[in-house]
Amino acid sequence: MSEILYRLERITKNYGERRTAAVALDESLVIARGEIFVLVGPSGAGKSTLLRLLGLIEPPSSGTLEFLGARLDAHTQPSLVLRRRVVLVFQRPILLSASVGANIAYGLQVRGVRKVEAKVDCVLEQVGLHALKHASAYTLSGGEAQRVALARALVVQPDVLLLDEPTANLDPYNVALIEQIIQAIHREKQTTIVLVTHNIFQARRLAERVGLLLSGKLIEVGTREQFFEQPRDPRTRAFVNGEMIY
Amino acid sequence: MRRLISLILVALVLALLAACGTAASPVPANTAATTAPPQTLTLATTTSTQDSGLLDVLIPMFEKQYNVKVKVVAVGTGQALKLGTDGNADVVLVHARKQEDDFVAAGDGINRRDVMYNDFIIVGPSGDPAKIAGMKLAADAFKQIAIQQSSFASRGDKSGTNTKELDIWSAASIAPKGAWYLSVGQGMGETLTFANEKGAYTLGDRATWLAQKNKLPSLTIVVGGNRIEENADKSLLNPYGVIPVNPAKHPNVNIKMAEQFAVWLTSLDTQNFIAHYSVDKFGQSLFHPDSAEWHKANPTQ
Amino acid sequence: MTDLVSGFLQAIELLRRGDTSLSQIVVLSLQVSGIALVIAALFGLPLGTWLALSRFRTRGLAIALIYTGMGLPPVVVGLFVYLFLSHAGPLGFLNWLFTPNAMVVAQIIIATPLIAGFAMAAVMGVDPELRQQLHSLGATRVQATLAVLREARVGVVVALVAGFGGIISEVGAVMLVGGNIEGATRVLTTAIVLETRQGQFDRALALGLILLVLSFFINLVVFVLQSRGAPAKV
Repeated sequence: MSEILYRLERITKNYGERRTAAVALDESLVIARGEIFVLVGPSGAGKSTLLRLLGLIEPPSSGTLEFLGARLDAHTQPSLVLRRRVVLVFQRPILLSASVGANIAYGLQVRGVRKVEAKVDCVLEQVGLHALKHASAYTLSGGEAQRVALARALVVQPDVLLLDEPTANLDPYNVALIEQIIQAIHREKQTTIVLVTHNIFQARRLAERVGLLLSGKLIEVGTREQFFEQPRDPRTRAFVNGEMIY
Repeated sequence: MRRLISLILVALVLALLAACGTAASPVPANTAATTAPPQTLTLATTTSTQDSGLLDVLIPMFEKQYNVKVKVVAVGTGQALKLGTDGNADVVLVHARKQEDDFVAAGDGINRRDVMYNDFIIVGPSGDPAKIAGMKLAADAFKQIAIQQSSFASRGDKSGTNTKELDIWSAASIAPKGAWYLSVGQGMGETLTFANEKGAYTLGDRATWLAQKNKLPSLTIVVGGNRIEENADKSLLNPYGVIPVNPAKHPNVNIKMAEQFAVWLTSLDTQNFIAHYSVDKFGQSLFHPDSAEWHKANPTQ
Repeated sequence: MTDLVSGFLQAIELLRRGDTSLSQIVVLSLQVSGIALVIAALFGLPLGTWLALSRFRTRGLAIALIYTGMGLPPVVVGLFVYLFLSHAGPLGFLNWLFTPNAMVVAQIIIATPLIAGFAMAAVMGVDPELRQQLHSLGATRVQATLAVLREARVGVVVALVAGFGGIISEVGAVMLVGGNIEGATRVLTTAIVLETRQGQFDRALALGLILLVLSFFINLVVFVLQSRGAPAKV
């Protein structure tokens, strides 16, 4: 097995006002460098919460999260350097009221990078938005905005790209486009990708490994073939078959 | 929902209109019966008159006697006369002889009557840096202040007091100018407070001084004596005049009541009241009666 | 009616002639309120931003205090400043009473809650998730906060304009602590009060007109700068 990027040990996350934990993993979860790991499950299962933990945006309530060899827990803040090696693309991208180019350059600017033009042009090419470089971010369609969000994450060349339902509200054309972009990134840069989706077909198209999350618990993790063809858990089987499960 | 809001708005507007209507409808003139709704009389006067507290006792007496509601607008002398000029007041009670004469000469007022006088005094820091304490004449004291360039706070608002101050400067043949001459453009009370803080001299009326001197620890009277009777400089006397606004120019004024007020104010009874006003409070009277009627009854004073 | 007309005419005449005492009053008004605005912004903008972005137990109380501060009668502020700077007061040794310094202090106290309150509202109007997204893109707390302020720039400008409008047109406090001394602490508003009290309505109106024109030009400049700073729409 290749280098381990993430190791999650008995992670829980709950928010003060809610009694039940949003996420409570009984076992460990490992994500390796270079893989596409897709997290599936119904809405409210805790997928986004888990993704935010991976994105080092919030600390776990208990348990430890190892990222690139650094051990983080409820009381250990990640360093800025560590934090800057992972980027999360949110389900609903919020862009700055500036040009597309300026939005994409943001991650580079906060890192103190001077020469941004070439890099910005490069990712614009990747997401197919070169023509809109000088357009205002407010004039973009939903699909274009999501591609800009993808581009502003890619431009900083993170070790891990976390994607939270990146195609949830898009038309089939843009869904296909974004899936192609994700696959291209993975092919060319070997960037580790963790993708959250409720769409079982998208998971089948993109995943190398899949995990099913139900009510904050990880039900089953397996390779794509094993997960879809020979699910061990009856709940996985039901979810894969498109049946209602809670 | 929108209909409801517009209905409420319409109702509100109607209610307002109705309220305006009652307020604007003229009160029927009826002087005979005391049960009739009272007439109104607008009196424009100076802040110093009101600050002395005299009006607070005089006005209710007049109101009761003549079934009238007096609206007192206390402003600067200039603005008080302006209220008369514009027909926004029925009668004015001010103390700036020259401007009063101009007011009458311009046909804005009629039948000016002397009412009373109080007097001006020069107050200054207890240390008396210009060494003017005890001087008899204000002009001499002012000359000395200018020579010593001691701080002097001027009302600078063309009020009666300010007009008097400028008269004294010109009597002393001095055009006050420079960093020592502080023109503050404020009322008497504020100017006294200012002088107290700055350690400056100023010219003020005795009434305001007596009312406020407890709050002015660093000031003392340097010219004008401790009582109105001791004031050796006749030019420091401050005569008040009452002037009804000319009905020929402003037909809307209540000339009957304005004239009534002037007559009442100068009557012997009222004059005697004025002579004794505030003796219990300050141990001296603030105003000296000065009407023709009073002089007739007291020919020696 | 004649006062209105002659007021307008005199305003034009005063401006045309370039009266020195008038220009002195205008310059002092701008100086005092300008300096007060800059200092109040240094306090108010961070305060408003902090209140909008952070969560702590007494935040509700702090916001209520800010809103109260926005409605503070200037003359009450003036009174407090007066009592502090008076010779008998705790800061009397500064000898600031009846100087432009005292006026600046009073105006800072008036403008700071205005700026903080408007800035807070502006920052709260920015999607709260933006900060998280920028954070995830590698921004530090300070960097993300600055970006949020940039997003709220229209509201921030409104906050500054409101603060400036509140103090340039304020009369109670500057009258009390400045003393309206001719040639030293007389500003447009106190001059207007003085002219009004003297019954010189036309001069008062002329000064009011100048104040109005001044505010208008300042707002115009702000508007132009702001529309230049905004991203080009395609």
